[in-house]
Amino acid sequence: MSVVPSTQAAAPAGRARDNFSHWLLAQRGLLLAVAIFAVMFLVYGWKLNVGLTANIINTAANKGALLALVAMAQTLPVITGGLDLSVGMIFVLTNCLASVVVVGGPVSAFFGILLVLGVGLLCGFINGVIVVYGRLQPIIVTLATGAVYFGCSLAIRPQPGGSVNFEFADLMTRSWAGVPSTVILLIAVVLLIWMPYRRSVLGRGAYAIGSSEQAAYMSGVPVARARLLAYTLAGLFAAIAGILLTCITYSGAAKASLANDYTLNSIGAVVIGGTSLFGGVGSAVGSIFGAFVMRTVGDLLIVFDINPVLQPLFVGIVLLFAVSIGSLRILRVKNKLDLYR
Amino acid sequence: MTGMTKSIKPLDKATTIAFGCIILLLGVGAIAEPNFLSATYLVQQLQVASFLGVIATGMMMVILLGHIDLSIPWTISIGGMMATGASGILGPELGVPLAVPFGIACGMTVGLINGIGVAYLRAPAMIFTLGMNAVAQGVMVYHTGGFAPQDSGTPFMRELAVGHLVPGVPNPLLIWILLGAATVFVLTRTTLGRQIYAIGNTERAVFLSGVNTRRVLVICFVFSGACAAAGGILLSGWANRSYQAMGDVYLLPTVAAIVLGGTNVLGGRGRYMGTVAGVILITLLQSILSVLQPQVYFAEFGIKLPADVFRNIVFGVVIIGMLLLYARGAKVQS
Repeated sequence: MSVVPSTQAAAPAGRARDNFSHWLLAQRGLLLAVAIFAVMFLVYGWKLNVGLTANIINTAANKGALLALVAMAQTLPVITGGLDLSVGMIFVLTNCLASVVVVGGPVSAFFGILLVLGVGLLCGFINGVIVVYGRLQPIIVTLATGAVYFGCSLAIRPQPGGSVNFEFADLMTRSWAGVPSTVILLIAVVLLIWMPYRRSVLGRGAYAIGSSEQAAYMSGVPVARARLLAYTLAGLFAAIAGILLTCITYSGAAKASLANDYTLNSIGAVVIGGTSLFGGVGSAVGSIFGAFVMRTVGDLLIVFDINPVLQPLFVGIVLLFAVSIGSLRILRVKNKLDLYR
Repeated sequence: MTGMTKSIKPLDKATTIAFGCIILLLGVGAIAEPNFLSATYLVQQLQVASFLGVIATGMMMVILLGHIDLSIPWTISIGGMMATGASGILGPELGVPLAVPFGIACGMTVGLINGIGVAYLRAPAMIFTLGMNAVAQGVMVYHTGGFAPQDSGTPFMRELAVGHLVPGVPNPLLIWILLGAATVFVLTRTTLGRQIYAIGNTERAVFLSGVNTRRVLVICFVFSGACAAAGGILLSGWANRSYQAMGDVYLLPTVAAIVLGGTNVLGGRGRYMGTVAGVILITLLQSILSVLQPQVYFAEFGIKLPADVFRNIVFGVVIIGMLLLYARGAKVQS
């Protein structure tokens, strides 16, 4: 992020303040998502008679982390100005695969995990290759590959079932002194995968492509590799979510409704987290909070004694509300032409 | 203006390839099952295709504008459930004759809200229609949760879906033909049609030419809602009942049919004949897989797989394979 030229002449204090306001502007979406989540979760804890016990936080974290990981997967293609409608299907495919291979002793389970992660990477890589070298629209490509991945998951697990290494599953779903493992997992993914990626040439390239592919190409950004990596990493994130789901349910199931639910909710979480669907703006960290906002809606319905089947209605209203906040910009535009692409 | 006239000719590369694939599929089907080419079977396929065709007609207008309507699944359900439940909501005297208009009006309401959100709030269509889909789902769940609604269609709806007004032509096919003819007329012969294509290319330029582009956007989204609801009404008349998730399986085939027909997902380009070809192609593909039954061959080798495995994989591979043939984008260059 470059500093605007006028600040170079300003006093150091002024520069610091400008830097801060610039940072605030860039992180506006993320901060809003954090604020909304904090308010919603506090209301939830306050309405809950027993208060926020470690158990309740753990359950909430487990539910939220699944969507958070899928939403992080969705964020990467969205930053490049694309979209991945197959994240939910990769999630289900890796869930089915994990229920077959992450079994037995620690060694076989470990290699099973590596295999599942590899398959996730491969699925994302296939998406990326078709989008980049086939030069097709990402939305159509991932719609089609999603169908293929779902077919594969049905082949692996025609009926729901399977099992998972118990120690590993317990490790992933328990909490340590009140901190759920899934939260540690999310932090680890952010620190070990997202942050290095964000700072790498290809990661910055992804943002550049999302802002203007033409300009990125002319500035020497490795456009093809950056986009390929974004889709491939999306597959990896979805696979981590798939393994986590296996740990939570102790089984695998090829359910199209589950896959579609996660794909669609991931787009919602990404938008609530401050990532622009037009590309070039946003972060995976915002998507995590976006995902937790979407999941807390369901929890709030329970404590306020509203029929849980109405969850889609409220999730939809939260989504429409989030986009409408983005629409406030139409009151500010000076040139009416800016409204039209 | 040669470019303009060229862009709206009925046939192009994509449409030709799609029709070629249809003939290929018919050939494969005829080898596997001689009855495949009988008139009864083909008419039945066209009847099944017309449900998808009606739904895809509305969606195509929205895609031509460069937007997308992801609220299709639950708008279909709203159309079906509101039409079958009309007598419970409006009362028996009004509900029975007004069932079909009422269902379509509900679909148009969803489309109207979508249109206002996209045209006036300038929200990205993908996320706004996604939100509306969830809201529509919630409203329908609430509707069925409160009391048990009437879920079987009126005799008129039944007649619409299975009857034959013209001998030999099922009513849904007739409806699709009429709707398609009207759409082709609007797209190629009216100002509105030109405006739709032009907005899909550059909305800014169209706005500067003095066109009320927002009005065009709203019209297309309302039309899409109406078509989806009409599809839902036909489907519930056909199955003689409506149910909540009836539209869920229609999103992928609808988008696939339109795109296979050569319509650019980014808007501005596409012909209605292409969509017709895409719809027939998708329907035939689904039916041929149920005729060929590839799972039987695998079962002989001791691998038991559900039929859906092949349906999904073949579906995805065919879509990507065909698009690689003719829908590749331009290479980014300086």
